[in-house]
Amino acid sequence: MAEKGAKKEKIPRQPMPEQKPEVRRRNFDEVPFGLSAELAVKEAERCLQCKKPTCMQGCPVAIDIPAFIAHIQAGEFTKAIRKIWERNALPAVCGRVCPQEIQCEGLCVLGKKDAPVAIGNLERFVADHEREHGKGELPPKGKPSGKRVAVIGSGPSGLTVAGDLILKGHEVTVFEAFHKPGGVLVYGIPEFRLPKDIVYSEVNFLERLGAKLECNTVVGRTVSLDELFDQGFDAIFIGVGAGLPRFLNVPGENLIGIYSANEYLTRANLMKAYLFPEYDTPIAKGKDVAVFGAGNVAMDSARTAMRLGADRVRIVYRRSRDEMPARAAEIHHAEEEGIEFYFLTAPTRFLGNEKGRVKGMECLKMQLGEPDDSGRRRPVPIEGSKFKLECDLAVIAVGAGPNPLLIKSTDGLALNTRGYVIADPETGKTTKKGVWAGGDIVTGSATVILAMGAGRKASDSMHDYLTLGW
Amino acid sequence: MFEILKRTEMADGTVVLNEISAPLIAEKAKPGQFVILKANETGERIPLTMAETDPKKGTITIIYQVVGKSTALFKSLHVGERFQDVIGPLGQPTHIEKVGTVVCVGGGTGIAVMHPITRALKEIGNRVIAIIGARTKDLLILEDKMRAASTELHVCTDDGSYGHHGFVTDVLKEVLEKEDVKLAVGIGPVPMMKFVSKMTAEYKVRTLVSLNAIMVDGTGMCGCCRVSVGGKTQFACVDGPEFDAHEVDFDELTQRLEAYKEEEAAAQEKYRCECQAG
Repeated sequence: MAEKGAKKEKIPRQPMPEQKPEVRRRNFDEVPFGLSAELAVKEAERCLQCKKPTCMQGCPVAIDIPAFIAHIQAGEFTKAIRKIWERNALPAVCGRVCPQEIQCEGLCVLGKKDAPVAIGNLERFVADHEREHGKGELPPKGKPSGKRVAVIGSGPSGLTVAGDLILKGHEVTVFEAFHKPGGVLVYGIPEFRLPKDIVYSEVNFLERLGAKLECNTVVGRTVSLDELFDQGFDAIFIGVGAGLPRFLNVPGENLIGIYSANEYLTRANLMKAYLFPEYDTPIAKGKDVAVFGAGNVAMDSARTAMRLGADRVRIVYRRSRDEMPARAAEIHHAEEEGIEFYFLTAPTRFLGNEKGRVKGMECLKMQLGEPDDSGRRRPVPIEGSKFKLECDLAVIAVGAGPNPLLIKSTDGLALNTRGYVIADPETGKTTKKGVWAGGDIVTGSATVILAMGAGRKASDSMHDYLTLGW
Repeated sequence: MFEILKRTEMADGTVVLNEISAPLIAEKAKPGQFVILKANETGERIPLTMAETDPKKGTITIIYQVVGKSTALFKSLHVGERFQDVIGPLGQPTHIEKVGTVVCVGGGTGIAVMHPITRALKEIGNRVIAIIGARTKDLLILEDKMRAASTELHVCTDDGSYGHHGFVTDVLKEVLEKEDVKLAVGIGPVPMMKFVSKMTAEYKVRTLVSLNAIMVDGTGMCGCCRVSVGGKTQFACVDGPEFDAHEVDFDELTQRLEAYKEEEAAAQEKYRCECQAG
């Protein structure tokens, strides 16, 4: 055994083959190509199959990671995907967009001395392999319970709840306000990071399991939450995301060419404006682009602008590199593609031309002061540091708030002072009987996998309710 | 769903009426609210305020001017064909209350939006003076319906080919002079709404306008439709589409409506070529 273990450690982490930066910065194809079966097995062999796997503690949906990797080691890819499906209905998505470095891979024991097992790449591999080569077999479903569940929003939390409860034998209908399902996976995350066909394939998997999907339904407008109960739904999950864009609230922000990241990405991703005029939705193609904010959404916006033909794309951030909330991998990818970073810079007003189009901004230089509520050092303006930056397109990616459309039109749903839905962190139960909530509408902007984790907790609690009572 | 049950061309074919099967929306919709329509897979999401709804039949009616590729595509749909997507009802309904004398000013396809609002304002007990206008007689729509929906109707054409020779604001001024108007509603092209607003401000008459900002989702998610009202940014899709006219920055709205002028022209040109080739 000792010899075998020693041998395993010698295999280096298998790098993910990907498009070269100078090529990919001008196309919308997915950046990584995915592991081949051979590379996947080789990478899987690095896993020590720990008796007490720490990696699992880092997974918000508690996938049995060593078990699925063991199946890959044995070349049994279908068994591997079935193992993942027990805990996660969206593996092709999670394998691509989870921040593994702070979750499963961050806790992998190999990571102490060497690179951790590439758990995310392996998850992606088995999901892709199943989609491309699988027989379309479905996991077994529980006995029909006769209970009906409404899921509002088809983003990561909603799809998780739908997947869990359909497998437990409940009838599930998912309502989506947009004309296509997937929520932020479709409108927000760009094609080059998460191809939309993969999202639709995962949604199709849920539909094949029997989940019903109602697009073009704005709950709160087309139908109210209470009317869904009248229609005979027994339990409702609210997973509508944080769909209210934040702006900088500086003068000139309504000039043409200034987008919220939500609008910019929705045009590019959901509406496929990058294919204009084959697709009818237009998008402004800036040559000199400024993106405000430094989270994953800012990186997505900047990389999208580069792909739309910009000569220069700058991330403008009021703090410094150390405080950037984006994943390290996303920052790295952006830098490789030639995105520039302007740190410790805050815009104070936008400047426009005679046609009302943005042509630049006035900024102040900042320095870091004492830590604020978020624990990050607060940026403080340096007096007399005003300067001008030119740009012909600006994208504001400084976060999102709770969209009030549904939650304010629903009686009995308590909100916190920031306008988010109050839900029990362990169960997702809201203050309204029969209603659960999870994801960004409860926590504020977070990650896909945290929303899925919230969905998992809610679905467990909803199942208890549907079988035992509130 | 979303099948076109009726299709009528108006105003020399520059304006089209579609009655669309959309039972869920028809049941909920109130005057002043809008829907977002998408013709096909590659189509754009276009917001249009509903001209009519029939909850019994389960239909909504839209009346739109053909101005670009997307509306040309809408126009190409025949009875029996479908819009791929229709979403709604969206936006805040018009606040309908009894105030006394109301003047409703409609221009172009704004008359279609004005019609159900006019009717509702009259039904609740207001004396409703309606003023509608168009460039020329052939482009005027819904005259009979507006006559039936209002207490008194005035018609204007810019070229004098029918009714009063001149702008709706000329007649509006006369009405404001001699009547005790409590509320004005103006719906039409932005310049018309701007001048209606300027005039009613002189007479200190509370005025509502319905703003046709460019939108994407229509649910407050993207902020594309932001308008400045009273110096504050509002979203036309969820805070409106109706706003206090005297607080609206019409010049900003005019500029923002031009945001995609070049792209729209290119798309339309391409569409025209494809249609001729096909």
